[in-house]
Amino acid sequence: MPRSIAVSGPAAFSLVSVALAGIVALALRFGAVSLTGREFIEGLTGAGPEATRFILLELRAPRALMATLVGGGLAIAGAAFQALLRNPLAEPYILGISGGAAVGAVLVLAGGWVTATSFALPIAAFAGATLAILLVFGVALSANRRMDVRILLLAGVVVGAFFSACIALVLAVADAPTVRSAVLWMMGSLSGASWGTLIVVGAYTFPLTIVLLTLARPFNLMAIGEDTATFLGTDVERIKRLAYGSASFVAAAGVAFVGVIGFVGLVVPHAVRFLTGPDHRTLLPLSFLAGAGFLTLADLLARTIIAPAEVPIGVVTAFVGVPFFLVLLRKSLRT
Amino acid sequence: MIFEGHEIIARYSDDRPPALAGISLHVPSSCLYAILGPNGSGKSTLLRALLGSIPLVSGSVVIDGRPLSSWTRRKLAREVGVVTQVESLAFPISVRELVAMGRYPYLGPFERERPEDRAAVVTALDKCEALDLAERDAGSLSGGEFQRVRIARALAQEPQALILDEPTASLDLRHEMVILELLRSSADAGLTVILVTHHIETAARFADRLLLLDRGAVAAEGTAQEVLREDILAGVYRWRVAVRDNPVTEKPSVTPLSR
Repeated sequence: MPRSIAVSGPAAFSLVSVALAGIVALALRFGAVSLTGREFIEGLTGAGPEATRFILLELRAPRALMATLVGGGLAIAGAAFQALLRNPLAEPYILGISGGAAVGAVLVLAGGWVTATSFALPIAAFAGATLAILLVFGVALSANRRMDVRILLLAGVVVGAFFSACIALVLAVADAPTVRSAVLWMMGSLSGASWGTLIVVGAYTFPLTIVLLTLARPFNLMAIGEDTATFLGTDVERIKRLAYGSASFVAAAGVAFVGVIGFVGLVVPHAVRFLTGPDHRTLLPLSFLAGAGFLTLADLLARTIIAPAEVPIGVVTAFVGVPFFLVLLRKSLRT
Repeated sequence: MIFEGHEIIARYSDDRPPALAGISLHVPSSCLYAILGPNGSGKSTLLRALLGSIPLVSGSVVIDGRPLSSWTRRKLAREVGVVTQVESLAFPISVRELVAMGRYPYLGPFERERPEDRAAVVTALDKCEALDLAERDAGSLSGGEFQRVRIARALAQEPQALILDEPTASLDLRHEMVILELLRSSADAGLTVILVTHHIETAARFADRLLLLDRGAVAAEGTAQEVLREDILAGVYRWRVAVRDNPVTEKPSVTPLSR
């Protein structure tokens, strides 16, 4: 296991919070049209021209806030899945949620029922993710109604593989424009963010994040074994269900509205663990903040590198996340 | 605390004989109660049954007059400290943090440790002669050190009862005596201590009452003099033994004879 470099909790919280605020400010100011410092201030206070106000408050603000919500949600869900499955490779999509969501989205796109910008698309994706969540949960509940996390993991991986096959089948028979919009959807994009979608994602993310935060101590206990956790006062079965349900639906809400964005849920919890250690009381909230900052930064890069075109955000998170993670692994070997 | 089991039957698989075949027991307060028996006789399973960790086919467990099912895990963890046979750490954690987990049953989800929690951790570490290990990484401890730390965590729960599965198996002579005398004085101070052990001499010397299990059933129950008899032990362990009083402890001492 990587060792932490033992930054104290309060110091890390201040650091990450300041970084997050700075990134959000940058994400509001820069884009296809970059604003001067003065335009930025005027736009925020409502003193500037209508166009500037529109760019800031109707385009960039919901998009940046969506990135913080989805990034934070994915990171805390990743940390929760790593604790639940006691597996450092776990991430929010490991149990087939992304596969289920993608099947939902690809089916309605290929059927020609919706366009890529329709509000029905996230509903279909969310329905697919929910199907995957319930299916995997049903398989993992054994005869005596206990949830076996090893079976949960295997069932999730297999269900995910099945959904991948379904997607391949649908794409094989779909026409070229449909394939293109389906593939673009699966790579993820925050370009559809609006205040309306933001409220929906927030309504899922905030309550479930608070539920996950209350599980910090039980997660610490489950890291040393389910028996020990039980004897130290944890209703392990209840905690497993709460963790699985909450983390899954946080991830599902994100996937439904912005598509599949990889690496956030895997890399961020590990980076935070490296910074402050494995105590979930620090790890969970700090993962949320760091994930929010990471995805907002990735989205800023995605829409500015080749502006006015956009790089798929999943590409950016991988290009930034993978080298960073590899360096972290090397460092953790040496300490 | 009083532990009662009534006709407990438990099984792990349908095609094998039950692990517990109708066991009844009564453990009074302020008693050091030792559970003995050959490998596979159901000692650990009986502990799991008393703690509600395995489903019972039939029978019941009553703790302090209340059925086990009416205890929440949190309430039970404030009253009963448990030291299981094995435990592995998935993440690096300091000894102090590990023992502080014994205070979790007292804390709300977002509540910080209070001064009395920190004091309980220090007291528990001190009792187990593990205070000097407090800042070490728990993963770097020797087997015996780790065991003392786990017992300290159970004490940090400030329980009314302790349940321990082979707690002294990896301890050296000195630390074995430290722990056994600690358990003895805890029982004298009013705690109920239930101890699974392979060490017959230990049970004879420190326990108030002994329960000898054989293939999931009670072979004998009572004081050391009542349970540790040559005919009973020979039948249960299927090996001839000689039982004499130890001149130092004046308790029964068991010597296995040659085949």
